[in-house]
Amino acid sequence: MGIGFLVISIVKIAAIIAWIYGLLWVMGRPKWWMKVLGAAAAFGIVQLALTKIGNFQILNTFDSGLLFQAASMTMVALGLNLIYGFNGQFSLGQWGFYGIGAYCAADITYRWTMGDARGLLVVGFGTIIGAALMYAINRFVVGRLHGVPVLSAFTLYLIGAVAAGGLAVLIGNAINPMLAPALGTISAPGPLNSGASLQVVFFLAVIFAGIFAAEVSFLFGLPVLSLGSDYFGIATLGFTIVINTLMVNSDTILPFPEMKGGRGMIGIPKLTNWFWAFLFMLLVIMIMRNVIRSSTGRAIMSVREDETAAVAMGIDVAGTKLLAFMVGSFFAGLGGAVYAHYIGFLSPGTFTFLVGFNPLIIVVFGGLGSMTGTIAASFGWTFFLEGLLRVLLGYLGTEAPTWRFVLYPIALLLLMLLRPQGLLGTVEWGFLKQKFFRPPPAAGENQPGQTAVAD
Amino acid sequence: MQQENNGTPTLEIIKLTKFFGGLRAVGNFGLTLNKGVLNGLIGPNGAGKTTVFNMITGLYVPTSGDIRFKGESTVGLAPYEITRMGIGRTFQNIRLFSNLSVLDNVRIAYHPHAGYNLVDGVFRSPKYAVKEDELTERAVEFLRIFKLENIMNETAKNLPYGEQRRVEIARALATNPQLLLLDEPAAGMNPKEIVRLMELIHFIREQFDLTILLIEHQMRVVMGICEYITVMDFGEVIARGVPKEIQENPRVIEAYLGKGAAHVA
Repeated sequence: MGIGFLVISIVKIAAIIAWIYGLLWVMGRPKWWMKVLGAAAAFGIVQLALTKIGNFQILNTFDSGLLFQAASMTMVALGLNLIYGFNGQFSLGQWGFYGIGAYCAADITYRWTMGDARGLLVVGFGTIIGAALMYAINRFVVGRLHGVPVLSAFTLYLIGAVAAGGLAVLIGNAINPMLAPALGTISAPGPLNSGASLQVVFFLAVIFAGIFAAEVSFLFGLPVLSLGSDYFGIATLGFTIVINTLMVNSDTILPFPEMKGGRGMIGIPKLTNWFWAFLFMLLVIMIMRNVIRSSTGRAIMSVREDETAAVAMGIDVAGTKLLAFMVGSFFAGLGGAVYAHYIGFLSPGTFTFLVGFNPLIIVVFGGLGSMTGTIAASFGWTFFLEGLLRVLLGYLGTEAPTWRFVLYPIALLLLMLLRPQGLLGTVEWGFLKQKFFRPPPAAGENQPGQTAVAD
Repeated sequence: MQQENNGTPTLEIIKLTKFFGGLRAVGNFGLTLNKGVLNGLIGPNGAGKTTVFNMITGLYVPTSGDIRFKGESTVGLAPYEITRMGIGRTFQNIRLFSNLSVLDNVRIAYHPHAGYNLVDGVFRSPKYAVKEDELTERAVEFLRIFKLENIMNETAKNLPYGEQRRVEIARALATNPQLLLLDEPAAGMNPKEIVRLMELIHFIREQFDLTILLIEHQMRVVMGICEYITVMDFGEVIARGVPKEIQENPRVIEAYLGKGAAHVA
């Protein structure tokens, strides 16, 4: 029994890694229709494996749980890799943004199914107006004046954000009664509360949750990113703890009784299916790759390499850090939103800072600065640690699975000793690879660098 | 060499002073750089040369005084804005983006003039395709001028020291500066590399429309290539002039070799 399970699990992990390789490869094909067909095929293969044919199902309920966990983890970890691996800012706040995304999106759809459109309206209008206001402040106030102190700028943006929030609440309260008949109630859902329209609401909820997380990260990052990297790490750790505390007290100190504080939010509509999880994951991978392989991506990496030299190249270091932090948090928000609608239940215990080290471990495992490494490690880590190891150790006794929290730090330690650059280093697969431009002619004897590589 | 020239000088430093706590690193420092002249800034260790550089590039804010680049004051501007105005620099200890390729090092210098923004990049707009290729071609052409095109895909940290210095100078020039600040470019180089460096500096002067300010300890380099030299000691200018004058200036000899040395020499 144990051996059979071990073999099957290893085959499954290998198959998933091969699947990732295939997906990244096919996305790198030159024609757009090849990419679309390839992505559709990659989606279809897993969808088929998830389908129950007769009594047979390749990925059972347990596996599919891991699959969705891995997909959302990929988004979070890619975001963190952008912040830490590519931009060099050590952040422990990723889990906080993951939590913000999860709770924000869950609240939107939960309220919607309860016949209350205010969640969507307030968050939607709030994020859009907020983004517009903050852009306007940046463009017409802070950008016009030279050398505005960070805290003054922060205060301005905060006022803008609060104003946007207040305005959104007013708009939401005004529009909500008009939509109420179409929404119906939980027992008698209206036309807007079923089928396709619910899917649209879910889609919007995920996107708005991501944007919301990005806006929070902007406000938080503005004063904090001016600290050095180490202090930034501590500040972000504090951020995760603050968010967790707010979640525990969401029904008392925050006006969200439906989140039910420490007892956990139940009844979130389970709208995430493999289609959505795959779509958002692919979206995140593509955005990430397009950011990294652009001039801005190179600027982001230059800040990691040497801030002083980056400044001497005319790069706005503070702005670049803020940008990477926002994009990374956007990914985390999307991941959280997808996760919340798969699991259907959110508890603050999922978002404590201890669990928040998981994406960091994944990023380090996969290789700082390797997108492929992060994707492969997200899947490998979830299936290995939460899947294989948990079940295998389960044979030893009911408490034995806890030993995996001893085993994987040891594995991490060994990795750091044997391969400090992570499993994949900076290797990329398929369309994530950097283009090579006119590689130098065949290596001459005196090629510089060749000698230096040797030592 | 003459200091009066046509129009506004490239760089004008007026009564520049910088205190670190109670320590005066630079005091009443004045310097005028005319267009196209290769200037040297020398002085014993701790004289405040690098502090002056850091104030020109905006890394330090002067306690008092003014710095004018082509007539515009740069005091209070963010360092990256000063770079974008046209002041490029290299560093005393080489600061390449060491885990990136030589090509990427140069392409990063083009970032402020990339011609497309993040939105174009994320959505891979037609503008991105055109501008990104253009940018890369420009970078490759640029590397070709420095005969670095063969190593453009090498990771910067794997290059030998002399090559790294060349890449750093090339990268600084890729920011399209009118004023280039070189902070001890010959530091740590062997005689052969120094000869190549001097050739390189001559070469970039011919190739680009540049004013250069150079900090250097190797007298061979300074006397060999600089047209005009300013000598600093204890944060103040103690002498200015052409290399010949400087070599014979008793205050300079005193600053370098100690009191009394001038009489011996």
